[in-house]
Amino acid sequence: MLWEVEIRPRTGETDREGERVLAEARALGIDTLERVESARSFLIEGEVDEQRVAQALEPLLADSVVETTTIRALPASDGLPRGEAPVLLNVLFKPGVTDNVGHTARLAIRDLGVDVSAVSTCRKYYLAGPCTEEQLSRLAARVLANDAIEHILRGPLALNSLAIGSHYQFARQEIPIRDMGDETLQTLSREGQLYLSLAEMRTIQAHFQSLGRDPSDIELETIAQTWSEHCSHKTLRGRIAYKDADGEQRFENLLKETVFAATDALRKEFGPDDWCVSVFRDNAGVVKFNEEFDVCFKVETHNHPSAIEPYGGANTGLGGVIRDPLGTGMGARPVCNTDVFCFAPPDVPHAALPPGVLHPRTVIRGVVAGVRDYGNRMGIPTVNGAVFFDDRYLGNPLVYCGNVAMLPVGKSEKEVHPGDLIVAVGGRTGRDGIHGATFSSAELTHESETLSGGAVQIGNAVVEKMLMDVVLVARDRGLFNAITDCGAGGFSSAVGEMGEQTGAEVWLEKAPLKYSGLSYTEIWISEAQERMVLAVGPEQWEDFQALCASEGVEATVIGKFRDDGRLLLKYDGNVVGDLSMEFLHEGRPPVVREAVYLGPQTGRKFRLPRPKRTLPDAGSAAANSCLLAILGSLNVCSREWIIRQYDHEVQSGSVVKPLIGRRQDGPSDAAVVRPSLRSSRGLVISNGMNPRYGDLDPYWMAASAIDEAVRNCVAVGADPARIAILDNFCWGNTERPETLGTLVRAALACRDVAIAYRTPFISGKDSLNNEFTFAGPEGSQTITIPSSLLISALGQIEDVERAVTMDIKDVGNRLLLVGVTAAELGGSHLDLVLDEAGAPRPASIDSAAWSSVPRVDASAAPRVFHGLHAALRAGRARACHDLSEGGLAVTIAEMAFAGERGAEVQLQAAADAAGLDDLTFLFSESNTRFVLEAKPNDVAAIQAAFRSAGAPEPIDIGRVTSGDRVTIAGRNGESLVDCPIADLRAAWKSPLAWN
Amino acid sequence: MIKPRVCVLRAPGTNCDVETAFAFENCGADAERVHLFRLLEDPSLLDRFQVLCVPGGFSYGDDLGAGVVFGSQLRGRLGDAFGRFLTADKLALGICNGFQVLVKAGILPDGGEGWSGDATKPRDMTLTWNRNGTYTALWTRLRVCSPKCVFLRGIETMDAPIAHAEGRIAVRDPAILDRWRERGQVALCYVDSAGQQCADVLPWPDNPNGSFANIAGLCDATGRVFGLMPHPERFLFATQHPTWTRDGRQGEGDGMKIFRNAVEYFG
Repeated sequence: MLWEVEIRPRTGETDREGERVLAEARALGIDTLERVESARSFLIEGEVDEQRVAQALEPLLADSVVETTTIRALPASDGLPRGEAPVLLNVLFKPGVTDNVGHTARLAIRDLGVDVSAVSTCRKYYLAGPCTEEQLSRLAARVLANDAIEHILRGPLALNSLAIGSHYQFARQEIPIRDMGDETLQTLSREGQLYLSLAEMRTIQAHFQSLGRDPSDIELETIAQTWSEHCSHKTLRGRIAYKDADGEQRFENLLKETVFAATDALRKEFGPDDWCVSVFRDNAGVVKFNEEFDVCFKVETHNHPSAIEPYGGANTGLGGVIRDPLGTGMGARPVCNTDVFCFAPPDVPHAALPPGVLHPRTVIRGVVAGVRDYGNRMGIPTVNGAVFFDDRYLGNPLVYCGNVAMLPVGKSEKEVHPGDLIVAVGGRTGRDGIHGATFSSAELTHESETLSGGAVQIGNAVVEKMLMDVVLVARDRGLFNAITDCGAGGFSSAVGEMGEQTGAEVWLEKAPLKYSGLSYTEIWISEAQERMVLAVGPEQWEDFQALCASEGVEATVIGKFRDDGRLLLKYDGNVVGDLSMEFLHEGRPPVVREAVYLGPQTGRKFRLPRPKRTLPDAGSAAANSCLLAILGSLNVCSREWIIRQYDHEVQSGSVVKPLIGRRQDGPSDAAVVRPSLRSSRGLVISNGMNPRYGDLDPYWMAASAIDEAVRNCVAVGADPARIAILDNFCWGNTERPETLGTLVRAALACRDVAIAYRTPFISGKDSLNNEFTFAGPEGSQTITIPSSLLISALGQIEDVERAVTMDIKDVGNRLLLVGVTAAELGGSHLDLVLDEAGAPRPASIDSAAWSSVPRVDASAAPRVFHGLHAALRAGRARACHDLSEGGLAVTIAEMAFAGERGAEVQLQAAADAAGLDDLTFLFSESNTRFVLEAKPNDVAAIQAAFRSAGAPEPIDIGRVTSGDRVTIAGRNGESLVDCPIADLRAAWKSPLAWN
Repeated sequence: MIKPRVCVLRAPGTNCDVETAFAFENCGADAERVHLFRLLEDPSLLDRFQVLCVPGGFSYGDDLGAGVVFGSQLRGRLGDAFGRFLTADKLALGICNGFQVLVKAGILPDGGEGWSGDATKPRDMTLTWNRNGTYTALWTRLRVCSPKCVFLRGIETMDAPIAHAEGRIAVRDPAILDRWRERGQVALCYVDSAGQQCADVLPWPDNPNGSFANIAGLCDATGRVFGLMPHPERFLFATQHPTWTRDGRQGEGDGMKIFRNAVEYFG
């Protein structure tokens, strides 16, 4: 029997989903739709009668206090249960897509002693009001379902069965690659979704010619996965011939000679005080924390999956990066997450979207919900993040997810022994995520959705939580020898990497499957989530297996490590693949690329048609109006809508939260977290990014990103001598020399600034080919994302009670400006809001300022950080906030409304010293600057701290008042800003005040 | 003083067990994190403990509604063991997901009174979706509304964060409020920022989920079984408070007292 239990909100309860769909329909221009009622249902298959369903199952599936249920047998013979709602649309997962709720329901029903073979979930929509077929299909595609994972059935459900498995008939597949011409090789690479270059295909061909045989499909897939950009980072680790105005430079390995080189140089300099533990070799970077623990940090991207299915993409993006520290050393315990997103603006009209693109609102909601549901369920607080908006992220949003974890001292090394069992632990293997590694290395097109639907994974956080719990206990009991995560490339990548030095033999039929019918190759490259691979000694296996079973975690031996350097793949005893690890890991021909840097981007940037913005008329000076416009711009405004959906306090380590101040609505610079409740030492997590600067100069963009991440960290009290950083390069297609040129230039800045700031890079990642191609009115059009370098910083604070927040606190305290202001308005937010409003640039500002992107003074900046830190450590500052987008004006405004105190600022002394006009001084985004709040009698001590650090003394610019306004007076004493803090707060909160 | 034994009961997806056990230990208890599967294997294990705490998290992913599957496991095979525990002079505490579990299991609001472990008995109340339809994390101000609750002795007001999607108390019949009040079961309420109680449902964010009668926590008529949506284990230290850098807070947080009360009950 197949039953449907349909559940609807009881009268008086809100039908939120129905309301959402109706609102979205209106936004799509479907005005004739009058009413939408939503329901959810469970489809239950098994030998069970209606009475049992009603008595036993219904109380488990529905909450009778707030919901009503209808039970019906399928296929439904009756007409629509609701006469006045003529259209019924059912949204179901496509066969094979993970249905977590259905899975849990099946297990819970079985626990009640009722035997059911399958349970699926379904969303139902009853639509009332005249709609055309075209409108219905638009609503279905844009609002109701995501075609990548779901399908829609109209009318009463006519299903007979939920069975999805199929019989798999083993047959070894060979690819006759030896006789192929170049063109056939390229076709094979593209259509087989291998995404390898011709040179790489030829190398593979030559290898098999020398072996005198053709490869099997699984061998080809293994090579493609191992050699993919995603897994081997061949561009950044490849040879590059780089040219810019200063001449030519050659790199044998760009990363090694820039980012890694900085770390190597610093570690030599640190000498016996080197606090790096494991860098650039394991799944995450590791540094020292205290005598008990080291700390790991990793940030990754999950861009392409998030473009196609934002919820699942972001969900598994976070799930994946949590497995990185868990797979670092012998396994680290996650303590917090950080997430940074880049989106197109949400106010784009639907009609302006190219084909195949999800609306940015849909992407934003999906991504935020995906991170929320994974992080919250894992019990890992999401403590820090950022969101950037640019039209060019349309079709290719960026989703960076990061995780910080604690590793007991001495557990950072692991070793696979020949003879160790290869054990798969956690989730089962299904067809989800086939070709993820190779797909993420390709460029997105408007057909990606259909071509790569299989690359979308759906996460199940609870499975990963259970997995994490047993791994950490097994680590402490010494029940395995090595561990790594199953990420992109699945078993292929995990086993291939773990067995690189030893060799491995895998028995693919042993892998537990979600459903039958997978071929041996699908099992090998599936990217099903929540799996780890462990090397377990035969003598450890019994205890390890018992531990896993005791917590309901599945652990299965799928092979063993060998000692002959071969990767031997078998299915039911048949050899389906036999590769040498050496060819797999060392055989890839070096990538050689040209790179050229041509100077600032002058061409017209891709622009979406958006509603015209105007500068708010604040009644008085232009500065007032610009300040309100910047506070209300998408990159600056409050992220409260997102932050409040994230659990940022689980594990009880929270010290400085993302939103702080009197009403808990001010933006903190960085998170402070206490990873061990028995110690007062804290971690500080922050980030820096400014893609807008990259259009003008990627070198200074990278330098500014490092400065921003470091100054955010230092602003809350982190010791500048103990800050580790990560790089994440998201770029366009680097096969274009001018695109690669901008990346090289950014990497050079990474090297220079990391050395100067003594902030070692400890891990990093790159995601190239972030472009979206579609058929536009004038033929094929490609949108390339802005060059987006995210710098994530991991700082440490000796005593969390010394942490400082950005909200101003006490009336009468002085406000001090730290750092040097220059005429740097290139890529600034003042420029952005003027441009968006079509307003002229003020005549008082020197025109050269608009092309001057903020630089860093690599020798002066560290002295400023050390001077500031000395002042904060001594408890001399009541508040500290860095200056970033929108410069001084925005910083003062944020400090004031967060503290619910007035601020009175005079620019005269400071602007005179800098030799700048008022507007430039107010809105310049020069780096390495802060505003401090200090008691009047602490000012001298603060000045002294800066002097002894060799940094310029902070300048007194005003005071905290008991009033409710921010006033800023210019050089001649005239009022530039005079605005109630309530208005500043309202402007800052309004753009993303969603629900 | 004797060290009461605390069972911090965790199921797949529980995630506040470590800090909750820490809070009890810190107050002098002997806290053990016990997996539900151990209890299912041997229900008499529960008899060894004086305090049962079901901590926060997403048990079984909350896939069938918050606390539903974990709650359903506490009936059936564990029905007798829970019957013994709830009628003895022992304490039970459910925090956030733990509160949801105790409600969905039928353990709250009436504790051992009439406990049958019967899965089909319809409940009078539930914890369901927040009015805003979304998981929400923020700090709330709370007032103790009943002298009965053992865990809240000596507390008048306190601050604590909530972090949940399904924390709104909904009832089949609003008249139940009179019964709860008479019996001293309305233990903890959300109040406005001035700490004042209100007859009407307070707006967001004071009442963050739209809970019936602004109720944040309920206890049984003995005051020994208590469930609340806010997380006291996230306010054990002053530095966890969102405004600690402003108001000079130091030392212990408001939440510690709840755990200490449990320990001192056996002192």
